[in-house]
Amino acid sequence: MHAFANPARFLSLARPLTLWFGWVGGLLLVGCVVWGAVLGPADYLQGDTVRIMYIHVPAAWLGMAGWSGIAVASAMQLIWKHPLAGVAARACAVPGAVFAALCLATGSIWGRPAWGTWWEWDGRLTSMLVLFFLYLGYIALSAAENDGDGADGRMSALFGLVGAVNLPIIHFSVTWWNTLHQGQSISLMGGSKIDASMLWPLLGAALGASLLFGAIILMRMRAELARTKVEARMRRMAAQ
Amino acid sequence: MKAKNQRLTLILVAVAAMIGAALLAMSALKDEAAYFYSPADLAAARPSADQALRLGGMVADKSIKREADGVTITFMVTDGKAQTPVRFKGIAPDLFKENSGVVAEGKLGADGVFVADNILAKHDERYMPPQMDGKMHKTGKVE
Repeated sequence: MHAFANPARFLSLARPLTLWFGWVGGLLLVGCVVWGAVLGPADYLQGDTVRIMYIHVPAAWLGMAGWSGIAVASAMQLIWKHPLAGVAARACAVPGAVFAALCLATGSIWGRPAWGTWWEWDGRLTSMLVLFFLYLGYIALSAAENDGDGADGRMSALFGLVGAVNLPIIHFSVTWWNTLHQGQSISLMGGSKIDASMLWPLLGAALGASLLFGAIILMRMRAELARTKVEARMRRMAAQ
Repeated sequence: MKAKNQRLTLILVAVAAMIGAALLAMSALKDEAAYFYSPADLAAARPSADQALRLGGMVADKSIKREADGVTITFMVTDGKAQTPVRFKGIAPDLFKENSGVVAEGKLGADGVFVADNILAKHDERYMPPQMDGKMHKTGKVE
């Protein structure tokens, strides 16, 4: 990773990657959502209601992945003081918050027909809502911190690290507590409780959304680097 | 020790301590954060008659009965260890079925019958096309 800490080298790599991730991810996402939600089978119990899963589940994973990205980048920023680490952490925040909000919204829409309620304060739903609020707090804090000159972004990095304790809570909420939300369907060790005809489009959609997420983060990082460069040049011109 | 190794150690220790503290706090919340009581929990907890609570479990096989007024239903909720009879007047969600999960909101009456004023359906983590039903279905697990 140290080799990419150089912004110039990062940019030469990020420019083509943005394009690839964006197009491949976007096409894969749209293709797999159509494959699963339009062409795929209905569920034995829920019928057509299950089709919202192809949006809801990738959104939930990426909402959590976004904060994982913030936490890892924040740790790298605090430990090695990489100039790019803080930029990367801040770039994850808004797209992560959007995916968390999308997860909450689609979950609510799914909950009404499947469970009979838009919202319940069970462990999974509540911890996911907390994640969304953490994103809002992080966005506000990092924006306020980067207003001042000479800020090193340490406070938002600490906040990003501390907020990561919510991730295992979200993951294990359905195991630890009685919840209305069902237990996990897919685990790395235990395999899947989703039939293959639904699992493959779901995994494809999740991969596509992840690539798209990567493209958005690269774009946001490039935008912040460009802004820093512009500000530095403006300062130099003002000094002359 | 170089400064960056010092920071690395410090942050690793801090993250480990934070996760440990969160896990301890969450395991202490185990009962308080539960969304519903199972019939066995209910038998152990003996709540008072005016306490609002939720009862969750599986709807027992062949236990749903409609009363003479046409809108009141009674059924048994089971968790494999204990059973609680429930009475509910109103419209149950579509996924409310026998051998399927349910969460009932209401109060436990003095006669041991749980009077529900709202019913939520709880489905499990398995998804499959209709023609697969029966191959993966019916483990009867409460989750």
